[in-house]
Amino acid sequence: MLGSLVRRPVYFNETMEQMYLIGVGSLFLVVLTGAFSGQGFALAFSQELAAFGAKDYLGRIMSMAIVRELGPTLTGLMVAARVASGITAEIGAMKSSNQIDAMVAFGIDPIKKIARARLISLMVMVPALTIVCDVVAILGGWIIGLFIANVTSTMYWSAVIYKLNFGNIFMGLLKPICFSFVIAFISCYMGFTSKGGTKGVGRATTNSVMMTSITILIVNFLITKIVGSILKGYL
Amino acid sequence: MIELKGVDFSYWDKQVLKDVSFKVNDSELVVVMGPSGSGKSTVLRLILGLECPSAGQVIVEGQDICVMKERDKRVIRKRIGMVFQDGALFDSLTVGENVGYYLLEHTRLKWPEISQKAGEMLGFVGLNPEEVGDKLPEELSGGMRRRVAIGRALLSTNPRAMLYDEPTTGLDPTATKNVLSLITKLHQEKGIASVIVTHQIADALEIADRFVVIYAGHVVFDGSLEELRVCEDERVVGFLEPFRKSFERVAAKNFVNGL
Repeated sequence: MLGSLVRRPVYFNETMEQMYLIGVGSLFLVVLTGAFSGQGFALAFSQELAAFGAKDYLGRIMSMAIVRELGPTLTGLMVAARVASGITAEIGAMKSSNQIDAMVAFGIDPIKKIARARLISLMVMVPALTIVCDVVAILGGWIIGLFIANVTSTMYWSAVIYKLNFGNIFMGLLKPICFSFVIAFISCYMGFTSKGGTKGVGRATTNSVMMTSITILIVNFLITKIVGSILKGYL
Repeated sequence: MIELKGVDFSYWDKQVLKDVSFKVNDSELVVVMGPSGSGKSTVLRLILGLECPSAGQVIVEGQDICVMKERDKRVIRKRIGMVFQDGALFDSLTVGENVGYYLLEHTRLKWPEISQKAGEMLGFVGLNPEEVGDKLPEELSGGMRRRVAIGRALLSTNPRAMLYDEPTTGLDPTATKNVLSLITKLHQEKGIASVIVTHQIADALEIADRFVVIYAGHVVFDGSLEELRVCEDERVVGFLEPFRKSFERVAAKNFVNGL
């Protein structure tokens, strides 16, 4: 699949259609997730910080935790739940009704045609959705800070910007790119290898979501650990 | 054109084909018959290189398809039209897009030109392009879907051989007649080699030049209608017994036509 990324044909229309389905289709879900997670996180932390007289640090914590950890992970999990199941089910249904074989019979490589379009779309849309999730979550934290925790806007935003350094932004964008590989690879693999008719497609879909979600959490930990130690001076 | 030489094939631990050998010459229409589960459809998958045998060779246009690189297989596949069981139409595309699929994927033609060619092909297979062109496959009857699949295979490859997997299974008598007459018309007008896999014996008798009977993974008969009629192999006799009347009818019809 990786090798096919750079080979012709490009399947531009298919890729654009997938970008729309993945990006626009997941937008509402990601905005909701970001808004409620950001507010909940800010609410919990503002109370703890207030006990130590450190509520002005809310922006720093929000910025670091959301951009580096929560934003990418929550977006990855939401997209995995919504998109991985769809990709596996679609490919599995195509396989069980011989449509994949029909493609091969017409001299078309189904990996290029189906998997590559989805991989490229995910690589573009998951980071974009992560940025949206980050922005909404940090805005949610600002609302909590302003109306409940009594943190001034100036203090909150200056703290947020202070922690938006190279290391956090790099890690916050590297993670969704890795997650898009995880989602595309597992969901396509599960679809192409599904067998046993409709029951088999259902089983493959469930396994796809489960494996994608677990792998995202493991990859998230590994990136935090490995990249975190490499970029220690930049975080 | 196509030759299977001593082919063995297994799905995991279940052996489906054992030492299967037969040949399909240019412009010949061969019907592969046998009970359900005897490995007939696997033969077509082997010819297309979708599967490879555990022993033996599948020769297509003088080359063993299983030792070819995927890129070379694609070139061979472009010269073979395949009509899958139930059509295997792309359910997210319209009928017109399905028929013009190969041109959409492999040529730089603009959609209006492809649409026109797809319309002509739909007309060739006996469908009204204005009526069905913009419909989705699920809106068509089984017989219409089968005809769209034939049209898609023809327009896509300009084939030198056509493979049909159970083309009349599940169709009513009128649709069966239409599909069979289309296959015969194609065979006669374009002179392409055809392999039809079916267990609908009565249909097969009407159109084939040669018959291959597969029973429990073995080729138990390979010959003409007359040879099939007098074959004494008990597996062939047992399999064909329910269709004896159809045999006599077709033999009589052929005799009259030959006068």
